[in-house]
Amino acid sequence: MAQLLIFTFIGIMWILILAGGGVLVTLVSKISVSGYGEPMDFFIASIIKAAIALVLVVFWVVVLSKLKNKIFQKQIKA
Amino acid sequence: MAASAIAFFVVLGLVPPLIKTLTRKNWAVKDVNRIGGAMVPRPGGPAILAGIITAEISLYFLLPQEKIITKGITALIITTSAAFVIGFIDDRKVMSGWFKPLALAGAAIPIIALGAYEPNLAFPLFGEVKIPVLYLGLIIFMIPIMGNTINSIDVMNGIASGFVMIASFSLAIVLFVMQNYSVAIMTLPIAFASLAFFRYHRFPAKIFPGDSGALVLGAAYGVIAIVGRVEVIAAIAILPAIINSFLFLSSVKRIVEHRQIKGPTMHTEDHKITATKEPDAPITLVRLIVAAKPLTEKEIGFAIFRLAIFSGILAIITAFASGVVVWPSS
Repeated sequence: MAQLLIFTFIGIMWILILAGGGVLVTLVSKISVSGYGEPMDFFIASIIKAAIALVLVVFWVVVLSKLKNKIFQKQIKA
Repeated sequence: MAASAIAFFVVLGLVPPLIKTLTRKNWAVKDVNRIGGAMVPRPGGPAILAGIITAEISLYFLLPQEKIITKGITALIITTSAAFVIGFIDDRKVMSGWFKPLALAGAAIPIIALGAYEPNLAFPLFGEVKIPVLYLGLIIFMIPIMGNTINSIDVMNGIASGFVMIASFSLAIVLFVMQNYSVAIMTLPIAFASLAFFRYHRFPAKIFPGDSGALVLGAAYGVIAIVGRVEVIAAIAILPAIINSFLFLSSVKRIVEHRQIKGPTMHTEDHKITATKEPDAPITLVRLIVAAKPLTEKEIGFAIFRLAIFSGILAIITAFASGVVVWPSS
């Protein structure tokens, strides 16, 4: 049973990785900034994208942590 | 195949004399899971490094002289050798928890200096994102993460070498599926060097890879992921090891040398391995595997290999699915 839960957890992680990539490509990579001049626009947009990517990574780790506690609750307590 | 055979036979041939040398020098550690606690020579890193380096040098001359291939092989040789030196220092002297990640970040610099990368991060199903500056940071993070992830799963006889063998074969298949043939061929020596080392490392182990061996395997795998532009899929193929690191870090909540913390498992009277009752011991993959019932070291190894095969299959499915672009990137 414990091993089956680990397979499930790997499967969930796989889906989260693919979904996270989807969010980055479809939403975050499309962000653009204009009005500050050519190099600054690119620079500001890059910083915004990097910040959102970092927030997404933190969010991903928090979700995984919650899932881990939920899935392995019995095992951890044992 | 010639380079894979070189990697295999160099490791196979070098390990027996290395065991003799290490035994003579008394460079051995106690196998805590073995009945009676036999002393096992360590590290096997020199043999693993020799196998991979010799094979990659021969590939340098055998593969087409395209810039990305020659740069990729050169980066792999330098980064892997640097990882070996870092691991060897840690084998001889217990360093702080931060030493390896920071030193391995430095080992990633040749990849950037040689320009052995494309600054596009490929996400399966959705396409690529161009992140020229962010990608440099990713390279600096990737090698320490891969190195330490493989090192952290090196907890029992045969696990690190067997795990990298399965993950590398999976990654080679992924690269073949994605028609990145040259990098797929560059991956095979890692798989075959691991296979040869596994012969001596499997239960009951005659030699341990040590930090030098584990970091060589992890760093080499990381370089392939970057040069082959399969960073995300390479991570999928080693998900059980990533889960192990994630569980460890989320329970310990700090970067710490694993030798400095309480063991997550203990032994039963019939010498099986079971989860510890210590409330502040870290949660690891092995602790979860033995949570339901105590298992032998060999059974735990097979359980981890099953997980590695499962994540390898997920990586291969992802590679096939990558041909289907759900959302075309601009």
